[in-house]
Amino acid sequence: MTTAPLTRRKAPVSLIAIFVTIVLLAAAPFWASRGTLNMLMEALAFLALAQMWNLLAGYTGLISVGQQAWVGLGGYLFFALAMFSGLPLLIALPVAALLSGLIAFPIGWIAFRLQGAYFAIGTWVIAEVFRLIAAQFSALGGGSGISLPIDVVKSLATSRGARDMVMYYIAFGLGIGSVMIVWLMLRSKWGLAFTAIRDSEPASESIGIRIRRVKFMVYVATAASTALTGGFIFLQKLRITPDAAFSVNEWSAFIIFIVVIGGIGSIEGPILGVILFFTLRSFAADWGNWYLITLGALAIGVMLVDRQGMWSILKSRGVPVLFKTTRWFEP
Amino acid sequence: MEWVNVLIQGVLLGGLYALFAAGLSLMFGVMRFVNIAHGDFIVLAAYLMLSFVTFMGWHPALGIVAVVLVMGVIGYLGQRILLNRVLGKDILPPILVTFGLSIILQNGMMEVFSADSRRVSSGALDVASISLPGDLAIGAMPLLMFVVALGVLAGLHVLFFHTALGRLLRATSDDAEMVPLMGGNKAHVFALATMIASGVVAVAGIMLAMKTNFDPSAGPSRLLFAFEAVIIGGLGSLWGTLAGGVVLGVAQVVGAQIDAGFQILAGHLVFLLILVVRPQGLFARMKG
Repeated sequence: MTTAPLTRRKAPVSLIAIFVTIVLLAAAPFWASRGTLNMLMEALAFLALAQMWNLLAGYTGLISVGQQAWVGLGGYLFFALAMFSGLPLLIALPVAALLSGLIAFPIGWIAFRLQGAYFAIGTWVIAEVFRLIAAQFSALGGGSGISLPIDVVKSLATSRGARDMVMYYIAFGLGIGSVMIVWLMLRSKWGLAFTAIRDSEPASESIGIRIRRVKFMVYVATAASTALTGGFIFLQKLRITPDAAFSVNEWSAFIIFIVVIGGIGSIEGPILGVILFFTLRSFAADWGNWYLITLGALAIGVMLVDRQGMWSILKSRGVPVLFKTTRWFEP
Repeated sequence: MEWVNVLIQGVLLGGLYALFAAGLSLMFGVMRFVNIAHGDFIVLAAYLMLSFVTFMGWHPALGIVAVVLVMGVIGYLGQRILLNRVLGKDILPPILVTFGLSIILQNGMMEVFSADSRRVSSGALDVASISLPGDLAIGAMPLLMFVVALGVLAGLHVLFFHTALGRLLRATSDDAEMVPLMGGNKAHVFALATMIASGVVAVAGIMLAMKTNFDPSAGPSRLLFAFEAVIIGGLGSLWGTLAGGVVLGVAQVVGAQIDAGFQILAGHLVFLLILVVRPQGLFARMKG
């Protein structure tokens, strides 16, 4: 075990890096401009979505092209609760996520009848069903969507600066929380189960892991947290339409490309992917269609060269692991 | 009588969906591989038809042959150069690569052809109809499409069960690992399967171009219809796929009859219902 002292010396560096980043992000409302703050909010929300998709696809092998179902459902339920139930916004948000999680039980039960690539397309059909149903609700604006009434928005905080602050800390909680929850989960016995399932399904079944159940619970949990993020995203946008809420490009293509280019099956990958995505986007404002073409080509390139993405390349160049999830040594 | 008419329309529409589905079903059958860009390739074929016939002024018959040839070549080369590299036990790379292709195709077509919706006119055929006794009328175009779909499926049936290539494809479907041991070239057989599937996709695209308006983002919903027809019919069954297409077509037309906004939703809901009641599909021959 000659590697043990080495990893022990590296660990504090990575912990310091994580700590400094969190402190900088936590203080963002005090140093960032309004534009930067908005960008950070969006990036943190994308980070939360990416971590959830990664948990699903990278660790349990459930590849979904339909997570926009949960982004949109979270958004719509949040709008409905905010407008009609009289619940305070900060309560309506988690309640919408909880309800989405409940709905994920029967939906997951149906989706789990399909496997592999068919599961992927099946989740997409389900997202389309959600979109078409949302367009039928005239109380929520039908096909043309609806805006959050101004008095409801003001109930969050009366001044615009204070509202920005509240929204930023929700985004901060979602982004950082998603990373921490996935990290803790992977270090728990769930993480061991994921690793075992990833390495060999028959073998993990034989040592008593109930694969289907583990996968199902992860599906439901990611649905609820994706819906939570979805609720926030449309709180920030203040307006929801069926096409925006259930957009496959926005909530599946971008998220999948972020995770895959950054590095699927690692916590660092989605973080790297989000940074890359927002950096590229700031350059690509006038690229039009070429922006998505570039992302698609990059994702295909990653699959051909190294399916573990950029993080794997960095790791092999000696960049230390930030979020250690292995118990003894790196394989 | 109105409902008989609706039923006939649904069945005819189902033929088109079976045509959409046949390529998807064939590729899954031989390679256990699902092409997420399937719908976008159908739309690509539609744009090729538009380019050849409307922009370049070729005779439609020449256009059809050219589209089928071009799509076949794209299919063969795409399988050899790109897809064969990512097929394997890991399901992520093929899903990701074809999903990436789907996004690239959609945005590429947007760049070249703009977002305007287009259509290939087939002249008098567009509005011609055949009157039947009892106030029934069948559009010539939907009928032609249904006949073409039947023809393509029958052609695939003959190819699969009465030719040497078909025997090779069936053998590959049963156990792809054995093909090289028997002196076959797996990469080549896979590419041939994709080539045939792409030829069917070409016909589907041409039908799409002649039947309705299409635009670069029309692919995903065609993929979903194709997928639903395959699952409803049961994996691996060619004629099951036709039945699946017909069920989907009837569901959509009946849905549209109830409320215009209900057409697509009704199709999806019937699909989900069948998935719950009979997940293996109506005529399953293999397991997913």
